[in-house]
Amino acid sequence: MKNQNKITFSRRNFIRTSALASGGLLIGFNFFTACKEEVIPPVDISKLNFNDFNAFIKIADNGYVTIFSPNPEIGQGVKTSMPMIIAEELDVPWEHVSVEQGALDTKNFQRQVAGGSQSIRFGWDALRQTGATAKQMLVNAAAAKWGVDASTCSASNGIIKNSNGDELGYGDIVNEAAALEIPEDVILKSPKDYRIIGKDAINVDIDKIITGKPLFGLDYKVDGMLYASVLRPPAFGQILESFDASEAKSLPGVIDVITIGEKARNYLNQESFDRSAHWSVRLSETDKVVVIGKTTWDVIKGKNTIKAIWKDKSMTESTELHDKKMNDLLNGKEFNTRRSDGDIKKAFTNADKVIERVYESPFLPHNCMEPMNFFADVTNEKVHLVGPIQTPEAAAKVVASLLNRNLEDVHVDMTRMGGGFGRRLYGDFAYEAAEISDKIKKPIKLISTREDDMTTGIYRPAIKYKIAAAIKNGKISGYHLKEAAINSNMYGLIPHFFPAGAIENYQVDTASYQSNITTGAWRAPYTNFLAFAEQSFFDELADELSIDPVELRLDLLKNVKDGEDSNIQYSAKRMTDTIKLAAEKGNWRKNNNGVHQGFAAYYSHNTHVAEVVDITLKNGKPIIEKVTVAVDCGIVVNPTGAKNQVEGGVLDGIGHAMYGDFSFDNGKPQDVNFNTYRLIRMNETPIVETHFVENELSPTGLGEPGLPPAGGALANAIKAATGQILTKQPFIKSFEDRKTDLNV
Amino acid sequence: MANFNLKVNGKKSTVTADDDTPLLWVLRDELNLVGTKFGCGIGQCGACTVHVDGVAMRSCSIPASRLEDSEITTIEGLANENLNPVQEAWKELDVPQCGYCQAGQIMTATSFLKQNPNPDNETIRNAMNGNLCRCASYNRIEKAVALAAKKLS
Repeated sequence: MKNQNKITFSRRNFIRTSALASGGLLIGFNFFTACKEEVIPPVDISKLNFNDFNAFIKIADNGYVTIFSPNPEIGQGVKTSMPMIIAEELDVPWEHVSVEQGALDTKNFQRQVAGGSQSIRFGWDALRQTGATAKQMLVNAAAAKWGVDASTCSASNGIIKNSNGDELGYGDIVNEAAALEIPEDVILKSPKDYRIIGKDAINVDIDKIITGKPLFGLDYKVDGMLYASVLRPPAFGQILESFDASEAKSLPGVIDVITIGEKARNYLNQESFDRSAHWSVRLSETDKVVVIGKTTWDVIKGKNTIKAIWKDKSMTESTELHDKKMNDLLNGKEFNTRRSDGDIKKAFTNADKVIERVYESPFLPHNCMEPMNFFADVTNEKVHLVGPIQTPEAAAKVVASLLNRNLEDVHVDMTRMGGGFGRRLYGDFAYEAAEISDKIKKPIKLISTREDDMTTGIYRPAIKYKIAAAIKNGKISGYHLKEAAINSNMYGLIPHFFPAGAIENYQVDTASYQSNITTGAWRAPYTNFLAFAEQSFFDELADELSIDPVELRLDLLKNVKDGEDSNIQYSAKRMTDTIKLAAEKGNWRKNNNGVHQGFAAYYSHNTHVAEVVDITLKNGKPIIEKVTVAVDCGIVVNPTGAKNQVEGGVLDGIGHAMYGDFSFDNGKPQDVNFNTYRLIRMNETPIVETHFVENELSPTGLGEPGLPPAGGALANAIKAATGQILTKQPFIKSFEDRKTDLNV
Repeated sequence: MANFNLKVNGKKSTVTADDDTPLLWVLRDELNLVGTKFGCGIGQCGACTVHVDGVAMRSCSIPASRLEDSEITTIEGLANENLNPVQEAWKELDVPQCGYCQAGQIMTATSFLKQNPNPDNETIRNAMNGNLCRCASYNRIEKAVALAAKKLS
């Protein structure tokens, strides 16, 4: 199976050690790329440089371990789980480990991205090898001290022992170990010997979070910092014509009102610029009015007094237009074929029956609880940027180019992020902050209000699917999925997801309409709505074929031979086991008095997930009671964190399927804040019960894969309870149309 | 602009701000108490929840200038030497994901449990319904409020 493939490393190319001037051992390592030959870690802990090493371990004289991790933390838990993997192989008590966000970068920026649920998957081998290498060095140093062969020694829980009964703590030998060569061959633990991996470890930032310590971008401040609020066009397609800021300027807390935009336009007009990155279009076409003031309230108030005149630069689009365009695309012929097996035309011509459905979804804003914000301090000497961003390296590069500075002069520091969901992959707020600070040559904090955040988003594109199945002799003989998306959606290997490989005649086609509304990745990108459409469709197919929906999926998976098609990443065996576990734990359609169930199973982000949704009807109203989830993500590093991700993903999936709606009228977003934009709240949440498939396969990510199946499982449960077939998100609109009161 | 006196977490301070400045921004920008979070600015999300004379209030929607005679408590003032039982429950159940909304959740829960020491699940769900968690850690928040109630009784 593809997921089992080990990434092979040469330790020489990713681990370096040095003796710390203050005593103890510092290990620098890079789990994504090889270090350069000449690079060694510093002897002074304050000089940690993450250009070549993306994490450091310090083993102090007292045996305590500090792990410095510069990886972005957006709530997915890697700041806890990645150090657990190191601590396991190093074999120290978890209580002796502390985790610190890496110190500030000093030169070129080269940090990693939080996105795609990939941190753990890619880090797994290197993190283990790093811990094991350090442990072996400590053992080798102890053996040399005792004058015995290292193979007669063992280490566990921070203590090294030999066969004579001698003992040394890691701290007793760490300075000697620091002088040794890095061993080439180390043995990794067998999963059955794990003592940290697989046990609950509470979020390492928990105390700071629950006592309100500064952690997030919005909390960051320096002396002399000013605040900045940006007025952007109210509608997509508009640009600034003129403005009157006289009232704002008369306010005592407002220091200045300026415009920005020129630098961004120059940057985007470079020939090398990739215009397919839709999110940056907003940067290019308009000037923006910026109110600079002493406090956040000063700039929010100031901005509200600006009288701006906007004019149309390109067409201002409405939801009705998008609907029509997507319908035209689905019914037209302009498609890119993304996967094609067998002969779809023949299968449909020869079919006994054809079933077809259209599924529809709106745009979705990310709505991170922490609105977009960024700190910038641009001086003649340097450009210092601080804030919540999933792609710090890209931000540094763009800002360097934008301000015509050397990349070496640009520092980006990451803070903890109040949610990401994909929004913070895009650095528009950081570029704006840099341009503002460059213009006034003062440290500033750009702050978005919720209204700014929601109306100048980079949205999940609106999408429609038309799925058709050919039925012949009681079997599915053909499957044809067409996607119409605003800007773009499905790409890469996604057309090879299930049921690719399971149906002889299979085709996926995509088409898109280019809009000036900015779109991009949103939690479980590309599949968050696709999974709903397909999983709902399978339920109808099961009805048509008079087969249980779980059995239908298991039957289809029997047609797939793992490893036969290199484009197919999901494993039929793992998916089968996951489906069976969900059905078993969810008590699938067994003696469920009054409980109506829906099922969905989906593979994404290298993880297999199956979900059973239970609903009941109370006075005719469906109530979502429970979601039983089975997950195969390989070895579960931190069960409490893993379950938290699954619970959140499932409820997020249900919340947006039920309520998430976002429309445009002449380019203008129709919701601006949470008074009308509905997010799921506690009263509407079911209990989520998570079960993991137990195996010893390499771990995969969990930030996203719990989400895609949730909407389909819910729709299928509602169909089981009421007979209503939901094809359009948000579901709440369909209930309103039927004038039924859904209290879920 | 006016000077006025505020008592926050037992400590008196004089602040200078416009009369209409919401308590939230006085706490964050003037008093450097950044544990109280900005989420929506219109009292819909609960991230900015503080206690005013023991009652949970949305600090984004009350002008600070009206609170001269009030005792204000923020997340920073909730624990003394030790965590309070609500914070303990939050830690025990490893509630947060991104963590941004949790100060507001804890402030709402603490005030709620003072009025309702033995709530059932439905009462908890209703009481916490005004606080959004975009990561949807709702299952754990619900359990943590119930656990905190046990700890307090």
